[in-house]
Amino acid sequence: MFDIAIIAANVLLSIALVLGFWRLYLGPTLPDRVVALELIASLTIGYIAVYVISSGRTPFVDVAMVLALTAFLAAVGFARYLEKGGHRDDD
Amino acid sequence: MNMHSLILRTAGHFLLPLLLLFSVFLLLRGHDEPGGGFIGGLVAAAAIVLYLFSMDTESARKVLRVDPRDVLGAGMVLAVLSTIPGVFLGQPFFTAQWWEFTAPVFGDIKLSTVLIFDIGVYLVVIGSVLTIMLNLAEAED
Repeated sequence: MFDIAIIAANVLLSIALVLGFWRLYLGPTLPDRVVALELIASLTIGYIAVYVISSGRTPFVDVAMVLALTAFLAAVGFARYLEKGGHRDDD
Repeated sequence: MNMHSLILRTAGHFLLPLLLLFSVFLLLRGHDEPGGGFIGGLVAAAAIVLYLFSMDTESARKVLRVDPRDVLGAGMVLAVLSTIPGVFLGQPFFTAQWWEFTAPVFGDIKLSTVLIFDIGVYLVVIGSVLTIMLNLAEAED
């Protein structure tokens, strides 16, 4: 049961990752791409969490924490750039 | 300049001390487990950058109290100093030295020049990242 749950979580995360990359490629404007990047970062944190649960290596929780922190900072940096009037239509 | 976001400002106030504590934890744990001077310094710098994003450059400079370039220089001096003791003991430059002793409360403590080098790296990373971020933020004004 545990193995099935781990596999199911990995499959769902992979599908979400593909959809996130698809939006990153498609996104007509820059804000769409920023949100897609943020989604990809969150999914990566999810992968690390699933790995920690399946392998029991708890020190890797800190890796997820640091990744969450840097991804959040990147999102805030992008938001500042967009608020200051960076060009939005990048096609 | 700042984004006047109440949520971000409140979160920044709460997260700054927690993240600084977490960075020291990562720095000290780094010898046998994930962590170390580089990632610890990066987390500390990220905490202050988060504060900079939520407030303004003046208050972010006040968090550090000294110029980030001074922090960078102090860290570099500390890292170079930690390489010297090996030379006086007839060993090659950069050889790590260990001191073990028993303290009343903490039990067995192992100190080493590796720790001093790691603290130097920690300060260099904080100094260089904050120099870049504060100068970029001031150039935006």
